[in-house]
Amino acid sequence: MVSVLTRPAEVRAASGGQRRRRRRRGQASGYLFLSPWIIGAALLTIGPMAFSLYLSFTDYDLFTSPKWVGTQNYVRMFTQDDHYWDAVQVTVKYVVISVPLQLGLALAVALLLNQPRRARGFYRSAFYAPSLLGASVSVALVWRAMFGSGGTVARGLRGLGIHTGSWIDQPKYALLSLVALSIWQFGAPMVIFLAGLKQIPRDLYEAAAIDGAGPVRRFVSVTLPMLSPVLLFNLVLAIIHSFQAFTSAYVISNGRGGPSDSTLFYTLYLYQRGFTDFRMGYAAAMAWVLLVVIAVITAGVFRSARRWAFYAGEDQR
Amino acid sequence: MTASTLTLRRRSGTRSGRSVLWHVVAVVAVLVMIYPIVWLIFTSFKPANEVLSSLALLPKHATGDNYSQVFHGIAGYSVWQYFANSLIVSVGAVAGNVISCSLAGYAFGRLRFRGRGPMFAFMLATIMLPQHVVLIPQYVIFHKMGLVNTFWPLILPKFLATDAFFVFLMVQFVRTIPRELDEAATIDGCGPIRTFRYVILPLLRPAMITTAIFTFIWTWNDFFTQLIYLNSPSKYTLPLALQLFVDQTSQSAFGPMFAMSVLALIPIGLFFAAFQRFLVDGVATSGLKG
Repeated sequence: MVSVLTRPAEVRAASGGQRRRRRRRGQASGYLFLSPWIIGAALLTIGPMAFSLYLSFTDYDLFTSPKWVGTQNYVRMFTQDDHYWDAVQVTVKYVVISVPLQLGLALAVALLLNQPRRARGFYRSAFYAPSLLGASVSVALVWRAMFGSGGTVARGLRGLGIHTGSWIDQPKYALLSLVALSIWQFGAPMVIFLAGLKQIPRDLYEAAAIDGAGPVRRFVSVTLPMLSPVLLFNLVLAIIHSFQAFTSAYVISNGRGGPSDSTLFYTLYLYQRGFTDFRMGYAAAMAWVLLVVIAVITAGVFRSARRWAFYAGEDQR
Repeated sequence: MTASTLTLRRRSGTRSGRSVLWHVVAVVAVLVMIYPIVWLIFTSFKPANEVLSSLALLPKHATGDNYSQVFHGIAGYSVWQYFANSLIVSVGAVAGNVISCSLAGYAFGRLRFRGRGPMFAFMLATIMLPQHVVLIPQYVIFHKMGLVNTFWPLILPKFLATDAFFVFLMVQFVRTIPRELDEAATIDGCGPIRTFRYVILPLLRPAMITTAIFTFIWTWNDFFTQLIYLNSPSKYTLPLALQLFVDQTSQSAFGPMFAMSVLALIPIGLFFAAFQRFLVDGVATSGLKG
């Protein structure tokens, strides 16, 4: 403690050379502590990114050296490959349907759990648990059985007079079973919403109530604007996450993306091209398109957020 | 006086009515949510002829056959082999992430050196980077090194702090540690290494636990990377071994498949039971996705 108090005098007394030496020692130890990260960034991120960009302009099968083909991979992807467009459609459909439903449910349940009730902690944990389990092969297998022929879902619906048959064997329903799995994992964004709701100052609600605002009005005029930064965060995360979904589709369709490409997620098709057909140049090109699309969409969401996301303490233009 | 007690009582009456409704809704929702897991557990105890034919949730003749079959061997290996493989990969990944991310977190969060700003910005950007962009070159590298079908490609990158999310988590945490503490250590003659060892590291414990728990669960569940790098059954992890069932079409395999699914989920269930609060609070404060 005494040493803390004497610090400024001592530093002032230190000669310029000593100070410089200390700073240089700081520099060196900075690089020392960061060395694992620096090696990883260079060898496993930057290098590979550059190499995969190069590969995307080549024909490469892992065993013979890459052959430069110019933009051929990209041209084929966009103009001649029907499966590619199937994969794009399936993925976009999945993102557009599952993200709003998952986040909507997460927000609804968060509002429910934000009320002062007994055993809230228990419910919060129970709803969160599927988020930990949902990515596993085990749960995907359960989904396969429950949405398959003779599974719980088809039988339950038949009991209600709705005849769907097996969901996973029909192109029009297969993707919906994957959407259901994604919705089932609403717990993680729900917990984040809940944390956001706790941050909203109570006096805002009291002021709104005094001004005569009902529950709906309070939600629209207080809760939503105050929660918008959290919503933005959840939205960006959910979009990035959904674009890269893989395991559920792989398990439900035996790695094929069927029936008739209806569960052919982008990443699943990328895997097939790269690691079953060994067309790694093509897969690299697909990866780069994915990166650009995700970057553009994320940037677009952030841009639009300037209009709808509200940060307290900032001037509204 | 009587009027006000009356309104009070009425209000509390509707409030408890609402509270009951709230709990009914919440309990029904929980039941729907856990139904798939309950279904899985009960089905794993059903004999082969009941697995797909019976609609009942509870098995008519509960049996442990599915489990004994799984312990006896799938694709020539007992489930213990797959369990051990999953454990090696997960524990290796945990060790890698906890060590490398806390080192990087200290460097980014505390030390001053040239290029820190740009490197930090780059690190943040890689949080959003889809792994597919680096996947193929990484595979080529490990292939050339002869490390495909070993556990190295799944563990080594973790020791090089490639999980940027956890680096960020550590940086955020290091920043909350009062600077006076390391300044005191400096005055007492500690260099950055000893400051890290004796001041930062002990205080970094909560962030390290969060990192460890999530790394374990994510690696345990991971399918994509393991599918790419491991290709002989002796090296298979639990998710890959489960995948073996998917390729088999015979219905008699369903029972053991569900038994093994249950076994694969048990460690996650235990982690959840033990660290519930930690997990949920970790998500709430840092925005970790489950």
